[in-house]
Amino acid sequence: MTRTARWLLLVVLLAACGVEASPEGPAPTDPPPASEPAATSTVATTSPSATSDPTTTTTTPAAFPVIVATSAGDVEVPARPVAIVSLSPTATEMLFAVGAGDQVVAADSFSNFPPEAPTTDLAAITPNIEAILAFNPDLVVASFDPGDLVSGLAAAGVPVIIQDAAVVLDDVYVQMEQLGLATGNPEPADDAIAEIRSRIDRAVASVPDLDQPLTYYHELDSSFFTATSQTFIGEIYGLLGLENIADAADADGTAFGFPQLSEEFIIEADPDLIFLADTICCGQTSETVASRPGWESLTAVVEGQVIELDDDIASRWGPRIVDYLEIVAAAVAEAAG
Amino acid sequence: MTSHPSRLPARWVVTASALVAIAAAVGVMVGPASLTVGNIIGAVGDRWLGIEATVPLTPAQDAILWDIRLPRVVLGMIVGGGLAVSGAAYQGVFRNPLADPFLLGVAAGAGLGATIGIVFGLDRALLPLLAFVGAVAGVSAAYLLGFSLRTGRSAGALLLAGVAVAAFLTAVQTYLQQLNSDALRDVYSWILGRLSTTGWREVVLVLPYVAIGIAVLLASRRWLDVLALGDEEASALGLDVGKTRTVVIAAATLVTAASVAVSGLIAFVGIIVPHILRLLVGTSYRRLIPLSILGGGAFLALADVLARSIQQPAELPIGVVTAFIGAPFFALVLRTSGRQP
Repeated sequence: MTRTARWLLLVVLLAACGVEASPEGPAPTDPPPASEPAATSTVATTSPSATSDPTTTTTTPAAFPVIVATSAGDVEVPARPVAIVSLSPTATEMLFAVGAGDQVVAADSFSNFPPEAPTTDLAAITPNIEAILAFNPDLVVASFDPGDLVSGLAAAGVPVIIQDAAVVLDDVYVQMEQLGLATGNPEPADDAIAEIRSRIDRAVASVPDLDQPLTYYHELDSSFFTATSQTFIGEIYGLLGLENIADAADADGTAFGFPQLSEEFIIEADPDLIFLADTICCGQTSETVASRPGWESLTAVVEGQVIELDDDIASRWGPRIVDYLEIVAAAVAEAAG
Repeated sequence: MTSHPSRLPARWVVTASALVAIAAAVGVMVGPASLTVGNIIGAVGDRWLGIEATVPLTPAQDAILWDIRLPRVVLGMIVGGGLAVSGAAYQGVFRNPLADPFLLGVAAGAGLGATIGIVFGLDRALLPLLAFVGAVAGVSAAYLLGFSLRTGRSAGALLLAGVAVAAFLTAVQTYLQQLNSDALRDVYSWILGRLSTTGWREVVLVLPYVAIGIAVLLASRRWLDVLALGDEEASALGLDVGKTRTVVIAAATLVTAASVAVSGLIAFVGIIVPHILRLLVGTSYRRLIPLSILGGGAFLALADVLARSIQQPAELPIGVVTAFIGAPFFALVLRTSGRQP
């Protein structure tokens, strides 16, 4: 039951992030065969010293093996990974943010950011273990285990880090720390986290205090699925003092924070701000919203406060969450002022 | 039922019409938005009878009532009536109590059409057209396949052809959906069915097809009674069995395809409504066809009230409501009805 629930949640989260693999991404020539020899040669010099003689680890980068504590249990990474396979668009963004980008040899088909990410046709939702092993990975990162991913890769001696969808903002930092540690980049990871934190603080401080909080509706698709304050994305809005119109729709959490709203309820709630996280998946824009029957007199439509978001940024919990927060903060400041 | 065993008694028509009126009233009155009964009566009087309302609606309430709630109730009635009458017709044509309107590949074809639209990111406004084309193509394929079999246009051959076509189309649909797992939720929510409206657009879209199909089914209700005797007996009585079957299937398919195109696959309406009616008024199609239209409309409009009220302001997929009521009821029908439907 919980697995089904989690799977559905994942589907919900991923539903919006499917743009095709960016054509300007890595040329098909540079995946594994080309990059691997180069990578192994650089590490061949460092990793034996690290593993054979851990006592000499005075310099931080070589402190392998490491034990990474994840929500799915401890994972041992025996040596600095040089052939990482990422099966999660969020993890791909995090790996590049913590300075492990050049250690990533393959990312799943939805991993379209950053542009230099080595996007492949690997499936994230229905991963095939043989296809993953074809990249000779020494670390695999995924956002969920459909059943046999961890055990199958363990049989092949490949450590797997599972990073569930973030529930609170701190999960983002924790996951970035885990990836920093696991890839031998703990300090760049700390720096990246510190920068995100300070940008978030600044964005939060930039929002004026209001007696009456502004209300919002976050649209996940054109059939009015949304996210409540109990979700990760809801927490982000909460940081900026916004009030979610959808909270009553899933007070007991049976929809896992992602209820489908009645259209008439949205009209009556008349949110101050409408955030469209379905611009890519479902082609929604402020114009299409304004042309929906019954929507033309909504405050958000009349006041021009329908904000078009990038589905991908809005559905991931990676380092770009701060970009998202800044967009929302700017919209709030404009609506309030 | 003391007089003529198959003529449609006026009291049944009156009862069913009253049920439709009640369903319409409940459908318009009940919903997550806080419109009071007084508000609504006032607004309806204002707009339709020219009596100025004492408390006029706010613009938002006005939009909710006229642009969202009322079109949805009307669409529910058209789709419900359409699915129920097609179900009754299919059951008659195939002499099979388990036949439902999705039997001959309508569902699989419509599902494939909609999935193609979603997966390739086509304009949402095209989705009904794609689903409609898919549904009609599915049934046509089943029909041609069944017709090409040596047994000719017998009910059994058609049914088997429908099974084959549906399985094939479903396989293609699932394949496309797996290739594009990001579209999974969209496809899934389409398949569960919902009465979502964009103002009156959907109503205008389906009404002509449903009206034509229903008119043909009403006109052929007598032939369905003859067909119920069996192919040979019907032929002996002078009925062109093959031709009748073709006409009825074509009409029922038109109605189903149009309904499915705007509302997705709403389960069980086409089975339980005709079966409830069989228990109440007997098995004559001269009664079942007209009463299924009215009963199906009332049933789906009321089911939709539940779909948008149970967890308000969240919605339940309407297919969940119809199946949740439909499945236990179906079991009950099977237990209590001793006769061959």
